[in-house]
Amino acid sequence: MATKTREDLRKIREDHKAGMVLENKEEEKNIEIIVGKGTCGIAAGADKTFDAIIKEIEEKDIKNITVRHAGCMGLCYAEPTIKVIIPGQPETLYGNVDSEAARKIIERHIIYGRQVESLIFDKPAVDIFKEEQDDNSDYKQYRIVLRNCGVIDPEKIDEYIVRDGYSALGKVLFEMSPDDVINEIKKSGLRGRGGAGFPTWMKWSFSKSVKNDKKYIICNADEGDPGAYMDRSTLEGDPHSVLEAMAIAGYAIGANEGIIYIRAEYPLAITKLEIAIDQAREYGLFGSNIMGSKFNFDFEIRLGAGAFVCGEETALIKSIEGDRGMPIPKPPFPAIEGLWGRPTIINNVETLANIPVIINKGGDWFAKLGTEKSKGTKVFALTGKIKNSGLIEVPMGTTLREIVFDIGGGISNGKAFKAVQTGGPSGGVLTEDFLDTPIDFDSLVAVGSMMGSGGMIVMDEDDCMVDIAKFYLEFCVEESCGKCAPCRIGTKKIYELLDKISIGNGEIEDLQKIKDMGEAMKKASLCGLGQTAPNPVLSVIKAFEEEIMEHINDKKCRAGKCKDLVTYTIDEEKCIGCTVCARKCPVNCIEGERKMVHIIDQSHCIKCGACFEVCKFNAVIVS
Amino acid sequence: MAEVNTSTIEFSKELSSFIEKWKNKQGNLVMILHKVQGEFGYIPRNAAIKVSHMLDTPLAKIYGVITFYNFFKLEKPGEHNIQVCTGTACYLKGGVDLIDELEILLGIGVNTVTDDGLFSIESVRCIGCCGLAPVILIDGEVFGKLEKDQLPEIIAKFRDK
Ligand SMILES: Cc1cc2nc3c(=O)[nH]c(=O)nc-3n(C[C@H](O)[C@H](O)[C@H](O)COP(=O)(O)O)c2cc1C
Ligand code: SF4
Ligand code: SF4
Ligand code: SF4
Ligand code: FES
Ligand code: FES
Repeated sequence: MATKTREDLRKIREDHKAGMVLENKEEEKNIEIIVGKGTCGIAAGADKTFDAIIKEIEEKDIKNITVRHAGCMGLCYAEPTIKVIIPGQPETLYGNVDSEAARKIIERHIIYGRQVESLIFDKPAVDIFKEEQDDNSDYKQYRIVLRNCGVIDPEKIDEYIVRDGYSALGKVLFEMSPDDVINEIKKSGLRGRGGAGFPTWMKWSFSKSVKNDKKYIICNADEGDPGAYMDRSTLEGDPHSVLEAMAIAGYAIGANEGIIYIRAEYPLAITKLEIAIDQAREYGLFGSNIMGSKFNFDFEIRLGAGAFVCGEETALIKSIEGDRGMPIPKPPFPAIEGLWGRPTIINNVETLANIPVIINKGGDWFAKLGTEKSKGTKVFALTGKIKNSGLIEVPMGTTLREIVFDIGGGISNGKAFKAVQTGGPSGGVLTEDFLDTPIDFDSLVAVGSMMGSGGMIVMDEDDCMVDIAKFYLEFCVEESCGKCAPCRIGTKKIYELLDKISIGNGEIEDLQKIKDMGEAMKKASLCGLGQTAPNPVLSVIKAFEEEIMEHINDKKCRAGKCKDLVTYTIDEEKCIGCTVCARKCPVNCIEGERKMVHIIDQSHCIKCGACFEVCKFNAVIVS
Repeated sequence: MAEVNTSTIEFSKELSSFIEKWKNKQGNLVMILHKVQGEFGYIPRNAAIKVSHMLDTPLAKIYGVITFYNFFKLEKPGEHNIQVCTGTACYLKGGVDLIDELEILLGIGVNTVTDDGLFSIESVRCIGCCGLAPVILIDGEVFGKLEKDQLPEIIAKFRDK
């Protein structure tokens, strides 16, 4: 196929102005159903939903309807989700649509024009399909990064093009100098979303200023923080936006090669990327003389192999070079001397997805969103003990309260809020006291946490903070590459001390030991993994000292998570002798006749908590 | 030095041509190992030796890389490898309980295979479906919002496959 010029792309857009319905130019196909098919939606059964819809449409012989795939809208708690678009009516979003529900929707909504009220997802879901939010609306979410996710079919490049796709690349190639591009990014105030929040323009200008006949743009899609998945969803739902951004970055710094380093655990995202690259190549948007300009740029995909440390820039480079992914000291910084010794820009997926919008709408427009030092939006993966788990995108400066309670719907099962962990294994906990502070890069660091990649794990009263700290340290012990002693030994020692506390052998001095070791690790570790590994435990000590002291002094775990500190007993007053617990106990250590009080044989109890979970009369006591 | 007789393992045409294609690319090792594991489900010793010959790379370097990355396996997993997520979100929502239950149901521990070779259990860190926590992954199929009680049925389904 011949190379598409800017003019050709403009024509595609104009041809389809009428709407997003691309393959159905015939008037009569005017109803649309979009099924969210990201990994998460598919896991919840989106494929079956899709098939059920098709089957129902065929059976009912409905002609004026198209059913399309898209990435996900991020409403994990309500998957599978589908969107129904009927001209002249507001779009309707349905959640928890299994095959049965799908049939109901076709029957009632499509045929009789009556919405199926019980399945509609109103707030907070409506936040996300507002096209252009005006400034004073009460919508909490604002989508820049996720603008196309759940809207376009990621396997159809034309759909991306219609939504201004590749117009930023065209603008850059024909109207802007590399310096103009960097300046525009500078005006936007964009900071890296991969964790550290380094100004993107500055990194780019370092690389630009180095003379070298070969330079690289790497997209960091290693997404190693367990509990974060915004990069996966972005790549699955809108791969072109990231590819377009990489080409723009290449033009800005003078690189012709882009490498996407992606986790092998994300097969669907890899497939979507491969398809997107092929389609864009066919249109002449990648390869030589892009859009008829003098600029060449092409891609390669490289797979990660399950090592958290490979998210660190120098380790990532080692991994692409086919080696063990061990960090090396900086400087030299990769921007100056990176892959194969060449200047290399490494940017995170989310950082990149912002770039085309900044170029199209201007840096000033972007800089109007957010706080003084953190501009734009941030995508968070809201998970854990939260009602509406899912991906959300909010302007920087949104408060934790708005995120957890307004968008997230609060804590699930009526429990009490305890804390939120941000920044994953490098971050820390935010408590109730922090609920009203605007969240941005700097405010999080100020309280001893960090933005990280945007995982937000919500904890309730049933979660033990010693256990959480231990969990993160165990993760770091396993993921430490072992190259430097402070991290290799420090993570292990702190983990052992936490373990000691959790089994009831903790001593007062242990806390100070942990603090001292943590401070030493922060200073002496070679890479970010070791430097930040103590953050979770240090922040827990700061925010939940009382709870830790209970473990040490009273040998008590108020959440009942530290098994060695817990005993299960049955309250004689409350037990009605229903026998449910006795039947559930995996080691048969609960005795009692029907309708008689039951008793737990402590010497055999393995403290699995099954009896506690199943007793409907709150007769099992944890203490 | 092309193929040498020391190794007896057969590579499929696809794998061989992949290696041919990547052979002269810099930094090819991780990609080639992925492809090998894709074919065998793990990296058999003979395959590692064969790759070492084909790429003219010392076996020690190949093992150095295999053992560094969690994704690569040296032992053959069960026909259906059950991957249980113990990432943060899944941990909070009872991922470890799922492992305990699977161990009881299958009578094996983590990283071991049932006698009939059908199942193995593996603990993995986050497969990016945290919103559906806790999740497990079997043969590429994700099961989310799982309760212990659902496990026997899921296992039965794969046993009959
Ligand atoms: C241990 C460790 C793990 C990291 N993991 C990731 C990751 O998974 N994804 C990512 O984009 N950045 C990760 N980073 C940050 C990157 O090293 C780097 O700062 C980032 O990719 C730069 O892109 P940005 O400026 O666009 O944020 C990690 C850093 C460390 C120290
Ligand atoms: S800090 Fe930890 S992960 Fe980083 S180089 Fe040292 S040992 Fe390796
Ligand atoms: S489940 Fe509760 S009420 Fe029933 S026998 Fe056990 S302790 Fe008693
Ligand atoms: S905690 Fe578990 S082992 Fe102990 S009595 Fe209850 S069910 Fe049985
Ligand atoms: S719905 Fe897409 S990530 Fe859950
Ligand atoms: S923590 Fe289990 S899928 Fe992410």
